[in-house]
Amino acid sequence: MDWPLFWEWIIKSLVLIITFLVGFGYLTYYERRFLARLQSRLGPNRAGPWGLMQWMADAVKLIFKEELIPARAYKLVFFLAPVITMVPSIVIAAVIPWGPSVQVFGRTVTQSVANVNVGVLFLMSIASIAVYGIVLAGWSSNNKYAMMGGLRSSAQMISYELTLGLSMVIAILLGNSMSLVEIVEAQRDGWFILVQPVGMIIFWIATIAEVNRHPFDMPEAEQEIVAGYHIEYSGMKFALFFMAEYQKMIAVSAILATLFLGGYLGPGIDSFPWLGPVYMLIKIFVMLGIMIWVRASWPRIRYDRLMSFGWKVLLPLALTVVFITAVGILLAQEVNPWLMWLIPILSLLAGWFATLMVDRAIRRKNYA
Amino acid sequence: MLKELGRGLLTTFKMVIEGPVTTQYPEEKREVRPRFRGRHVLKRYENGLEKCIGCSLCAAACPADAIFVEASENTDEERFSPGERFASTYEINMLRCIYCGFCEDACPTEAIVLGDNYELSFTDRHDAIYTKDSLLEGVPSSEMTTPQKVEPGVFTRSVPEMQDPQD
Repeated sequence: MDWPLFWEWIIKSLVLIITFLVGFGYLTYYERRFLARLQSRLGPNRAGPWGLMQWMADAVKLIFKEELIPARAYKLVFFLAPVITMVPSIVIAAVIPWGPSVQVFGRTVTQSVANVNVGVLFLMSIASIAVYGIVLAGWSSNNKYAMMGGLRSSAQMISYELTLGLSMVIAILLGNSMSLVEIVEAQRDGWFILVQPVGMIIFWIATIAEVNRHPFDMPEAEQEIVAGYHIEYSGMKFALFFMAEYQKMIAVSAILATLFLGGYLGPGIDSFPWLGPVYMLIKIFVMLGIMIWVRASWPRIRYDRLMSFGWKVLLPLALTVVFITAVGILLAQEVNPWLMWLIPILSLLAGWFATLMVDRAIRRKNYA
Repeated sequence: MLKELGRGLLTTFKMVIEGPVTTQYPEEKREVRPRFRGRHVLKRYENGLEKCIGCSLCAAACPADAIFVEASENTDEERFSPGERFASTYEINMLRCIYCGFCEDACPTEAIVLGDNYELSFTDRHDAIYTKDSLLEGVPSSEMTTPQKVEPGVFTRSVPEMQDPQD
């Protein structure tokens, strides 16, 4: 056995896990501060300099909080559900490349925990595990609201998973590979957002629905079903759900950056490979900021509209865009490379048509 | 649809540019309005005598029955206020007070005034009863404390000449 490789994996996994755990803490801080600014407030600024220690205070509070388990709950599943939600949110980040290979003590080290040649497939499969935790949490709580939250979540995630998969297919087609490293390397000539902006927006909407963020946070709609699937959870078990949600936010932002925003690519990346994680973090930071901005701005959409939007608008649009991408690549290869520009033009037209149709549907008089 | 969504985003982003409106309370405090009704203050004249004459009109006017007044006789050797009597006990229960300002209106000598102190907090119900010592405002100078020894026949009139409020 190659012992240095073994240690390399362990160290990289540890670094990734710690980055995600601390990143979760500072993401809550970032969200609270930025959300406060968007609402003319200041946000937490008391604990530590500029409130930077606020998340630690919250963590300590949650750890020492009393944990209640409902008497009629299914104890084992109730206990396992937060773990099942939490673990995939870190595991999903294993295949994300954080930078090009670097030389450490004479060894060539890749800046990803695992360079899987079917990376995108891995992302898809792990992303769909997360729904189990939420459904099981809703079911084992033995509470109507929790059950409804869990069911909503499963329906929503399964619906938007198709769209998510199709928009990942766009990146696979453009990168001509399923390996995330190769998809990133294929973006050296131009990020995929330039070639396929509509695909990126579809991906972004689908991921926001997938991680149950506003305006698609139906599973935990406070006004309707109190807190949804985690209503019976308190203390550290609740913190695990919270953690999972925010780590999923980081993970999907990283995936979006990898698939459409050029991943770790940026000026000077070839001479300084350590800049890779920096570029990734900047891109993740911007995408998270947009998520928070959207949360502050838009109201939650109604559940039946969420479903009809997912099935009647997003899925056909994603299919169309995949078709356009495939045909465009084929034409570019067979006829003329300039025909590549048919992809953004045609897909923008398709996107414009879709928004037009949604607009008409909304403005219809008998639209309930 | 896109226009409306964009307008929503723009509205919130405008807030970022305008900056927060928060007042960092314990460090910076907002100025209160001229007619703000905060904790009561018992006023004094310029010569240090108390304005309160212990007439109990404030207690009678109080809708929450928060004020308790007990009067005693003034003498020229030990004079607290002009006129015959002064308030030897003056208590306001701040847990009962509703800050309506009726006591202020009822007072014939403008002795009780609702001040600008709104930072009232107690850890004990008994601390909520403010006595005369805590309500009475400070003396203008050290020799003008009450009781004062005064010339006989000067401070016979208990109700002073008053003007309409300016603010």
